[in-house]
Amino acid sequence: MKGSSRDSGGRRSPGQGALRALFYLLVAAVVGFTVFPFVWAFVSSIKPDDELFTTPVRYWPGRATLDNYRLVLENGEFQTALMNSVIVAVSVTAVSLAIGSLAAYALGRFRFRGRSAVLYIVLAMTIFPQIAVLGALFEMINFFNLYNQLPALILTYLIFTLPFTVWVLTGFLKAIPREIEEAAYVDGATPWQVFTRIMLPLSVPGMATTGILAFIAAWNEFLFALSFTQTPDKRTVTYAIQAFSTTTSGLYEIPWGQTMAASIVVTVPLVVLTLVFQRRILAGLTAGAVKG
Amino acid sequence: MSTPENPEATSAAPRAASASFEKRRQRRAWLFLLPTLVVVAFVALYPLAETFYLSFTNARLGTGEPARFVGVQNYVDLAQDSYFHDAVLLTVFFTVVTVLSELTLGLGVALVVNSQFKGRSAVRAAMLIPWAIPTVISAQMWKWMYNDVYGVFNDLLVNRLGVLERNIAFVADPDVSFWAVAVIDIWKTTPFMALLLLAGLQLIPSDLYEAARVDGATALQQFTRITLPLLKPSMLVALIFRTLDALRVFDVFFVMFGNRPDMQTMATYAQQTLVSISNIGYGSAISVALFLIIAVFIMIYLAVFRTEEA
Repeated sequence: MKGSSRDSGGRRSPGQGALRALFYLLVAAVVGFTVFPFVWAFVSSIKPDDELFTTPVRYWPGRATLDNYRLVLENGEFQTALMNSVIVAVSVTAVSLAIGSLAAYALGRFRFRGRSAVLYIVLAMTIFPQIAVLGALFEMINFFNLYNQLPALILTYLIFTLPFTVWVLTGFLKAIPREIEEAAYVDGATPWQVFTRIMLPLSVPGMATTGILAFIAAWNEFLFALSFTQTPDKRTVTYAIQAFSTTTSGLYEIPWGQTMAASIVVTVPLVVLTLVFQRRILAGLTAGAVKG
Repeated sequence: MSTPENPEATSAAPRAASASFEKRRQRRAWLFLLPTLVVVAFVALYPLAETFYLSFTNARLGTGEPARFVGVQNYVDLAQDSYFHDAVLLTVFFTVVTVLSELTLGLGVALVVNSQFKGRSAVRAAMLIPWAIPTVISAQMWKWMYNDVYGVFNDLLVNRLGVLERNIAFVADPDVSFWAVAVIDIWKTTPFMALLLLAGLQLIPSDLYEAARVDGATALQQFTRITLPLLKPSMLVALIFRTLDALRVFDVFFVMFGNRPDMQTMATYAQQTLVSISNIGYGSAISVALFLIIAVFIMIYLAVFRTEEA
């Protein structure tokens, strides 16, 4: 595989051409397998119900319609769920970045006793099974009367966003050259000033990476949302879509057209985010995995 | 903390100044760490300890009675609970099947994407998408494709390709449902695995391959002697992360099967016991068991890693 790249300049023999074609076929298969469920969800979402629930299956809608989207977007419960997800994901990301960057500053730029112990605890938390704390958190949330409240989710989501944020940002802040910091101290800056005037501006790329990852993780969460909220006005989108597809509508047991439309609506922002920031996301994920 | 107030240490003035500077810096560091430590203690360390404790009680929500210490009773019950046994077997089998498939397929995909071709970065971007989508949503998309009457898979297999005589109920048929859910997980995670391995592949210096070619090594030899050994650390890290994820699998099973008794993973069984039945004591014991099984897997991997290194 590695060698085939270098011959692309010269003329190719027929054998090489066939190999090249086979290679592209392989790439096409990978991409096809990856994106087909989305394509199919989209095609299904623009079909009217009589074309959706018919056999043999129609591979392209005869009369494309946006009815499913209209129904979903006019659905008050879905609107609320979207809003809830935005509130929760944005809050979790903001809190993670705010307190995580402070911790990363301490861990990345200070030498103190207990530093590696703290780092290990943070690292251990990244591989923590959420189910292992579900019972105690459930009890705690009931104790503080947070059951069926969005703050219950914001608080508990920190369990998976914060360790990751601290871990990646620590690596990021560590890489900033010492001289920059020392020059500021010589000029009489306090550690707080060094943090806000130097470290924060310089770590913007790292914050963007971890912020996107935290946002996606919070947006996609399901277990805690399912366990700690109950009524439709407190559901996030993942819970709402799950509940949505188990309700009945008219003739057909599950409103698949609307479910697919809702799925596309929730998916599109993530796809855009992923495509725009793919380099950052990959860098963040591999930093987390390789160093982890 | 050491005792920096030691009078002997202050003999030299500059040293004293720097010592107190260090002391102040130490205190600052802990101050910056404080919010994170509070959160970690509150949402992770305390709940973990509490879960261990609760697993030895008969705690239940909503009864109004205080929890009573019952010793190892929950664990004794677990040992005789056939639903729990099935859940453990299903979870471990699911983990082995999906992680091995994802590792093999992911390596193949990584090798393909590692070579130079037009549109490579677009392909890589497309590969990130399944990872970025909530599992709940991709599981819905698959559930629709699996539909026993109107699903695209049944149409392809029965009407277009003629491979099957009759439609399959992928989700409902107990003989097929495990594989249906395994395919969803493999679909979601193989591209991600490939991207992790790709990062490892790109760390291998290309002059190694040049030298091997000069020495007349075949492509297969290059793969087994250079690529595989040098990729081992990345593979191990990916393997650990994926195993942990698979052992705690929840979303995809819940969406596909709900509370269907033959399709409970350890996590869905624990969640159901904790939240739907509000049996906190017993549910906590299931959580602890899952935690221990995960710990065993990690120890096995680390032991393998260490003997490989030695």
